[in-house]
Amino acid sequence: MNLEKVVFGFFILLALTLNFGFVYGELANPAHHDAWELFVTIVVNLIATVLKFGERTQIGAILLASSLVADLQLAAAAILWGVAVYGTGVGLTEMTMASVISLASGALVANVVSVTLLIIETVRIHR
Amino acid sequence: MGNAAFYILLRRMRSPLLALIGSYAISMVVLMAIPGEHPDGEQWRMNFIDALYFITYTAPTIGFGELPHEFNYNQRLGYLVAIYLPVIAWFYAFMTLIALFQDPVFKRTLEAGRFRRRVQRLADPFWIVCGYGDTGSLLVRSLTERGWEASVIDTDGERIAELETRDLRLFVPGWQADANRTESLRAAGLDNPLCAGVLAVTGDDHTNLQVAITVKLLHPHLRVITRAENRSTADNMSSFGTDHVVDPFASFADRLALAIAKPEMHRIYEWLSGMPNTPLFEPPRPPAGRWLICGYGRFGKAVCRRLDKVNVPYTIIERTPEQTGAPEGTIHGKGTDAVTLREAGIDNADAVLAGTDDDADNLSIVMTARDIKPELYLTARENQMAHRALFKAAQLQMPVEPSYLIATRMLNLITAPLLPEFLRIARGFDRSWHAAVARRIREVSGGRVPEIWTVHVDEARSPAITELHSEGIEVTLGHILTDPHEQEGHGLSATALLLVRPEAVVPLPDLQVPLEQGDRLLCCGRSEARSQLRWTLGHRDTLRYLVTGEQRPDGTIWRWLAARRS
Repeated sequence: MNLEKVVFGFFILLALTLNFGFVYGELANPAHHDAWELFVTIVVNLIATVLKFGERTQIGAILLASSLVADLQLAAAAILWGVAVYGTGVGLTEMTMASVISLASGALVANVVSVTLLIIETVRIHR
Repeated sequence: MGNAAFYILLRRMRSPLLALIGSYAISMVVLMAIPGEHPDGEQWRMNFIDALYFITYTAPTIGFGELPHEFNYNQRLGYLVAIYLPVIAWFYAFMTLIALFQDPVFKRTLEAGRFRRRVQRLADPFWIVCGYGDTGSLLVRSLTERGWEASVIDTDGERIAELETRDLRLFVPGWQADANRTESLRAAGLDNPLCAGVLAVTGDDHTNLQVAITVKLLHPHLRVITRAENRSTADNMSSFGTDHVVDPFASFADRLALAIAKPEMHRIYEWLSGMPNTPLFEPPRPPAGRWLICGYGRFGKAVCRRLDKVNVPYTIIERTPEQTGAPEGTIHGKGTDAVTLREAGIDNADAVLAGTDDDADNLSIVMTARDIKPELYLTARENQMAHRALFKAAQLQMPVEPSYLIATRMLNLITAPLLPEFLRIARGFDRSWHAAVARRIREVSGGRVPEIWTVHVDEARSPAITELHSEGIEVTLGHILTDPHEQEGHGLSATALLLVRPEAVVPLPDLQVPLEQGDRLLCCGRSEARSQLRWTLGHRDTLRYLVTGEQRPDGTIWRWLAARRS
């Protein structure tokens, strides 16, 4: 067992689970989505991205790309949230909540791709 | 492969970036966790935006103060953590970056990437020059002056640095790398379709051999010209199809034997294989009497073999006759002192050749010999080009400059592949023929070593001839060698030395010979004549004027008008 591989898999999986936890719930209901969860999701996603740096294999490149997509979507969600609440003063309406969750759901898809690729690579090594 | 340095950078920066992300995240949590108080006693906490903003200006130690409200002591104590953590993470990141840029492995990777990019950007056919010593630098200079590009690899970093500071006509990329490694040759452009060939001129025979075999295995069609100082290496190279092997000692010895046996032929040889635009000189004829050969190494052996062939007697002076396998009658000694030279019979000798591998010894031999007998014919081997001025001052009748010999030979092989053929044919002729050729060369070259080039009669390289042929007009050699700027059919200062056709090889072809498609001509003359000839062969109206004396209107409109008028 390789500790580096454990850490790598841990963060990639954690990024997916946290992302899912944040998105899970009624789409436009602010009570079902926590800002702290979004914060932790972003941090874990960034860590997962950096862990994927410097892989020169084809699968490593796609892993990095999917991670960058997730980062971008999550950052957009956070900015939207911040601007709606503190910037324009619109507040957390159903409309903004729905948009934030849509963006975060996009990130969720990217994270699913990441985990799938990770599993594929693992299976290939075992064979 | 080109962005290998980028991957190294990313991988090395992994942990500093993780530290930065972690420290920012922890700091933001701390900032938002500790509550503060407004003056009126109301509690407040930072939100995400406040926390991110605060940490953004605090971490790089900019520090705008306590925003959005003044902090209380609880906050200040807790925020110390949030201030120190990211600052340390930033330092860590900077130190890693600096260490990375000083890392020799990373530097090499960067240089390799830069060299590859520069080679890829070369837009004209280029030669890969392996080894940038005396020979390599002469070759690179001459190649760039003739419009070829070049890429250079050498194991010595200082030589590459010297290449970068030299004032060449074209930019020549260089890299400190081992030519033994295939990867280095690949980086130098071996796989590039513009690569014309490889010149292996390192000082090490084995490296040259390795280069030759690498190129011939990977790209058999590329031309490989190598330097070899040992006979066995030279034979080895030729065995697998190396295009040309240049042995400086053997080629000097050949010239010496030629100069003794056929001085007129030797003169032609010297003139045609010299460095263009240097003055033509009359090499003094070496005597056929007794020679003293100092040093029986590779050079001495090569000379003795040739002297045997032309029946010239010689005496060898050698420091270690047993080791070098010198023949009977060899005088033991260096030859730098009068005693040894007298013992070898300098009083009866006509010439002295100082052929040791030490320049100081060679100069000493020559000076001592001249002291004893001023009328001697003297030649000495010059091992390092740095000593050229000394050898010039010694005023030798026939200097031996291996690097110069190799460079000129290789250059001729590149620019005039037909020249060896011409010289081979010319050897078969008699003295008067040689004298006639020499006279002709002197006429067209104006007292300087002429340029030598090949003219191809085909559609791609001389379209004017092809067009006139398609109109049924006969073009002779005399036509193309006429200067269009002179009224009376004055000739260009160039002459054709050899005409090569599938069915015939004609030395010194007559001016009346009609040219045919597929002909190759070896020409020599001045560089102005060369560029005029290139113009003539590319412009049908110039050539038509030379052939028929008729001046046709040129340009699409004038041609159309002329067609309507007739």
